[in-house]
This record gives sequence, structure tokens and C-alpha cells, in this order.
Amino acid sequence: MINFLPMFVAVPLGAAFLMPLLYKIDRRLTDLLGNLTTFYLLAASLALYFFLPADHLMIYRVGGWAPPVGIILVLDGLSHFLLLTVNLIAALATLYSISYMNLYTSRGKYYTLFMLMVAGMNGVVLTGDLFNLFVFLEIAAIASYALVAFGCESEELEASFKYLVMGSVASTLVLFGIALLYGLTGTLNMADIARSLPANAGAARALITVLFLMGFGMKSAMVPFHAWLPDAHPSAPAPISAMLSGVLIKALGVYALVRILFNVLGMTPQLSYILMVLGTLSLLGGVLLAIGQWDLKRLLAYHSISQIGYVILGIGLATPLGIMGGLFHLFNHALFKSLLFLNAGSVEYRVGTRELKEMGGLAKKMPVTWATSLMASLSISGLPPFNGFWSKLFIILACVQAGRLWFALAAVIGSLLTLASFLKVQKYAFFERLPSRLEAVKEAPWIMGAAMIVLAGLCLSVGILFPYLITFLVNPAAAAVLNGTGYSRLILGGL
Amino acid sequence: MFVYLSCVVLLLVGIYCVAVKKNLIKIIIGIGIMEYAVNLFLVILGYRQGGTAPIIQPGAANPILVDPLPQALVLTAIVIGLATTAMMVAIAMRIYNCYGTFDITKIRKLKG
Repeated sequence: MINFLPMFVAVPLGAAFLMPLLYKIDRRLTDLLGNLTTFYLLAASLALYFFLPADHLMIYRVGGWAPPVGIILVLDGLSHFLLLTVNLIAALATLYSISYMNLYTSRGKYYTLFMLMVAGMNGVVLTGDLFNLFVFLEIAAIASYALVAFGCESEELEASFKYLVMGSVASTLVLFGIALLYGLTGTLNMADIARSLPANAGAARALITVLFLMGFGMKSAMVPFHAWLPDAHPSAPAPISAMLSGVLIKALGVYALVRILFNVLGMTPQLSYILMVLGTLSLLGGVLLAIGQWDLKRLLAYHSISQIGYVILGIGLATPLGIMGGLFHLFNHALFKSLLFLNAGSVEYRVGTRELKEMGGLAKKMPVTWATSLMASLSISGLPPFNGFWSKLFIILACVQAGRLWFALAAVIGSLLTLASFLKVQKYAFFERLPSRLEAVKEAPWIMGAAMIVLAGLCLSVGILFPYLITFLVNPAAAAVLNGTGYSRLILGGL
Repeated sequence: MFVYLSCVVLLLVGIYCVAVKKNLIKIIIGIGIMEYAVNLFLVILGYRQGGTAPIIQPGAANPILVDPLPQALVLTAIVIGLATTAMMVAIAMRIYNCYGTFDITKIRKLKG
């Protein structure tokens, strides 16, 4: 069996350090290397499907040391699902960057940070070691702090500092949780921790759970830990906003939380209820704050909080249908939210503003941007036949099936409010009368258009072909989550 | 037990500093205190009463050894802390150039 799991970390890491050198030779080379790297990673994560053994599990022992002594990289259903999502969005975001980064200087540093972020995220989803997860999480997080401040305007610096402070507090809490777990079990391998966690450690287990809930809750911007997100995500360049909202909060926040709560600590009914309440608070709070926004990217950022709420609500139900719906929504949100941020980037590229009140009538001037943004808006609002409809339907059905009618009602209300706020975006940005000073506006460059068309096509085709996607992609991931602490037997086998 | 609790107290001092102080530099120091509290906790976890360096010599009787793993973790955590602190100080300097102050109540262009 060919085992190329370490490539997912090593290739972007190597590319990151080559970027400044290539930038000295020719700045176009950095575009080339960036796109080659991310498209290679996308192809590799797809190709992994052909190399997988029947049980959908692949383990790489770093340095040849057997677990629990050595660090292992684990590819199971959930990791593979996240790996594909991360690299898909990364590939389209780098494609989009070729034209979009003309707005900024020092392309070499941009791609260096971008590649470091991708390496960190791939590492987080692949690692089977708790401290290793912390290190990769920090690599991705520090790269993202710098990318938020990339424009070096006063607002961007302010947003980045706020994000840095919240992110550092979150990381410290996560590290404290890891230290406590090490003190309890004497090991850092996630599967080994799950096996050797003493059953009578009630109070310590509760403290660890709360620390992880706060730490990863801040990383995934759940209400009430969301304050940094609406500042940080709009301040970054558009492809980075797409990466941050599309995959970073999921890989660093939702994935890590789900992996630790379900597979390491073990799920309890109380914890499930806490997740459901946090999810519902996020999905209602995010959308209520979004409706009043006039800055296009800020409005989208508030919607990220709301959509993460759906994911957490679905997964928090801890029923097979709920987990499947939550994970499916995670994938769909990555598609349509990155598309929406790329649309906002195209408008900003040509019109030079993010204020909805200063736009209008762009549907005629920018048909590709308009058409793709309409499809993304319909997806995020949950209208058939787009992908968002199905995943929201599954989450609402799972709530009803579990007898949680109030949560189902909240999810329906959240969806209606989402529709209302995207009608506002469509009306003010793309319809109404074209202001006279926008007469000269042209369509975005074709490379940016191509990235947007691919994402819009994926939104539609996932919506139509969803049964296949669920069978091949989402169900193995949901099975890995549902396996619970059986994870340790799966990884360590007879050890 | 007392030493472990003192780490938690140090962590709370750091959180207090981050949450209450209005000066960017003091917030950075607060995060530094939090990181040190966790690092201290890790080092104490690995300590054994009367332990020596974990090098096994042939022929010697079974000595008490300290746990080397937390020390390796702390080294890594310190390096990560250095990167974060450098990033924060750099951004604080740029903020001072833009706004002319370190007072977070006056750095408020973003709201809503």
C-alpha cells in the first residue's frame, strides 16, 4: 500500500519556504507554485479514495515508531472528509488569488502564509496525537492572524489584534486541557487516551471538557465566543476570507471539537444538550446580527456564525441522521460561503467598495458574479434544488426525529431570516438603479470568474446528486463520529 | 496539590489581565502570563520527588527519573508562544503608528 499521508503536510510546508525565493526570480512563479501545490493536494485527497482499504482507515507511523510511543497520522472517514473540503476550497482560493492579489503587494509573503495555513489545517485533520494537533492548530492560526492583517490598514490591524488575543487565549485553554489529560492518562495519543481515561475521573473530565469547549468554541466562533469573527473575516483579502470562513473555523474548531468530544472523551447526553443549545444560540444570534449589516463581507461573516450553529446543532444531536446532516452542512457551507466571499471580492475588485448602499444594478454589469452569487444565496437560504436545502432539511428532520421540536423551530426560523437577509444583498447590490458613477464597471477577470463558476457548479451538482455524495463522502465520516470511543480499538487494534 | 492550584491562580491572573486591562501592551503581558502558567503546570506534571535526568545508565540501580515528555512539550509551547508574542508586538506597533495610542477604548474603527 502506498502511504502518502505525510505529503499533505510536507508539500505545502516546502512550498511555503520556496515562495520568497521564487518571488525574487519572478512574481508569476509564486502563482504557478501556489496553484500547483493546492491542485496537487486536491488531486491527492481525491486519489486517496482509490488507495483506501475496505475499512476506510490508513495509518502512517512518523519515524517508524509504533503508537502509543510515536506520533501517528490517521486517515479515517472524518479526516478524509475534512481533508477533501480543505484542499478543494484551498485550490479554488489560490486560483482566484492569481487575479485578485493584483490589489495587494508582496505576493510571495501572501502565498507563504497561505501555504503555512493549508499545511496547518491538513495537519490538524490528519494527526492522531493530541499535542501534535495543538502544534498544527497554532501553525494555521498564526498564519491566519498575519493574513487578516495583510492589508496593514488601521481597521485590519485592529481586527487582527482582536483575533490574536482571542485566539491566543483559546490556544492556551486548549493546551491546559491537553496538559490535564496528559496528567490523567500519561499519554498523548488520542486513541490511547480514550482507552486509558479512568472512569472515576468525573470532576477532572468535566474540567477538561469545559476547557476544550471554550478553546475550540472560540476557534469555531460559536456564540458567545464569536466576537472576533465579524471583525477578522471581512478584513482579510477575499480568498483568505473564503478560506477562513469556509474551512479554517471548521478544521480548527468543529473538527477538533468533534474528534475530541466524540472519539476521545466520549459523548454524554448532557454534553449533547450543551452543544445543541450553543448551536441554536449561534444560528439565531448570527443571523439576527447579520440582517442589520450594510458592509457586504461583514454580513457574510455574521452568517458564518449562524451556519456553524446549524453544524453544531446537527452534530450535537448525536443521532445518526443529525451527525450526517451536520457534516453534510459543513461541506455545503464550505462551498457556498467561500463562493459568497469570492463574489464579494469580485465586487470589491471592480467597484472598490463593500458598502451595500453604494452599490446597485450590478446584475447587468457583472453577469457572472451576479449569477453565481444568486446561486450561492439560494443555497445558503436553503432553497431546493441547491445543496443547502438538503443539509438543512436533514438537520431539521433529525431534530424532529429526536423529539427536539423547539430546536427544529429555531432552525426553520433561522433559515427564513437567512433568506430575508440575502434578499437584501441581492436587492441592494445587484438590482435597483445603477448609480451613474458605476457605469464603467466591468466583469471580474476570467480567472476569478472561473473559480466562482466551479464553486457554483458544485453547489448545484451537490444539490442534485446529493445521495451519491452522502454515500461516498458523508456516511464514512458520520460512521467515524458515531463509532465514539471505539476509535481507540480501531487505531490501536490488539495492542 | 498546592503547586497545581498555584498554576491555576496564575492562569486566572493572566485571564484577568487580558479581560480588564485597557492597554495593548498590558494585554500582551497578560497572554504571556497565561502561557507561562500552562508551561509551569506541564513542567510540574513531569516532576518526581528526588528524580534525576532521564538517562538510563547500565549497571546503575533503578533511579527515580523525571518524566521527559512534558519538558519537550514545554519547549515547543515556548517557541509557539514566542511566535505569537512577536506577532502581537508587531501588530501593536503598527496600531500605534495608525492610531497614536495603545488605549483600546480609543482604537474603535470597527463596530456593529
